[in-house]
Amino acid sequence: MDRGARLVFLGRLEDLAGMAELAVPTGPLEQVLAGLDRELAVALLDDRVRLALNGRLLAESGGIMLGAGDELAFLPPVSGG
Amino acid sequence: MVLDVRLVPGAFDPAGELAAFTARVPAAGGVVSFLGKVRADSGVEALEIRHYEPMTLPGFAALAQTAARRWALEGLLLLHRVGEMGPDAPIVLVAAAARHRRDAFAATDFVMDHLKSESWLWKRERTAQGWRWIEPRAQDHSDRARWS
Repeated sequence: MDRGARLVFLGRLEDLAGMAELAVPTGPLEQVLAGLDRELAVALLDDRVRLALNGRLLAESGGIMLGAGDELAFLPPVSGG
Repeated sequence: MVLDVRLVPGAFDPAGELAAFTARVPAAGGVVSFLGKVRADSGVEALEIRHYEPMTLPGFAALAQTAARRWALEGLLLLHRVGEMGPDAPIVLVAAAARHRRDAFAATDFVMDHLKSESWLWKRERTAQGWRWIEPRAQDHSDRARWS
């Protein structure tokens, strides 16, 4: 699986997923999400959830292609420091 | 210019950290500090702060640099706890050292307002009812807007 990609779930999304991260196959994000639990996939696609690819915040969530070694983080609204 | 920015995984000693920081800024005429701690009277038994390694610390470092550019500082200290902590535990320590106090007051206030609204941190607290995630507060966003 080390040639695959990784999803990282932060905050309440980690609790919902039941794990901090998940190894997934490479490919279009829509295809990866289609393989997940439906409730989790809906929560990940919430408008208020920001995405970061390899530590860089993405301006939009459309058209994401996961390559080998990529880490895609799902960031729900922050609680403040 | 001393920039000391750290995520702290375990308990820390605010007085000791402040003394060590102050010793590193001999040209400063004043040091202003803010200590945030877990409230001990609200029924909260534990607070957990989660972070995201690739973004949380770089975000803090960028914030510290912004403050250092905006005010004439000799140094800036930004320590933030992550992990689980109990009532009264220190959460965040921000200190700004400057030749003149107004720069130090303003920089500390600026950093705290931005930390509250922009940090890549997620908090949950445990009360007798169990764990509950903490939502962003509208006040935190209006506090930050004071600086734009």
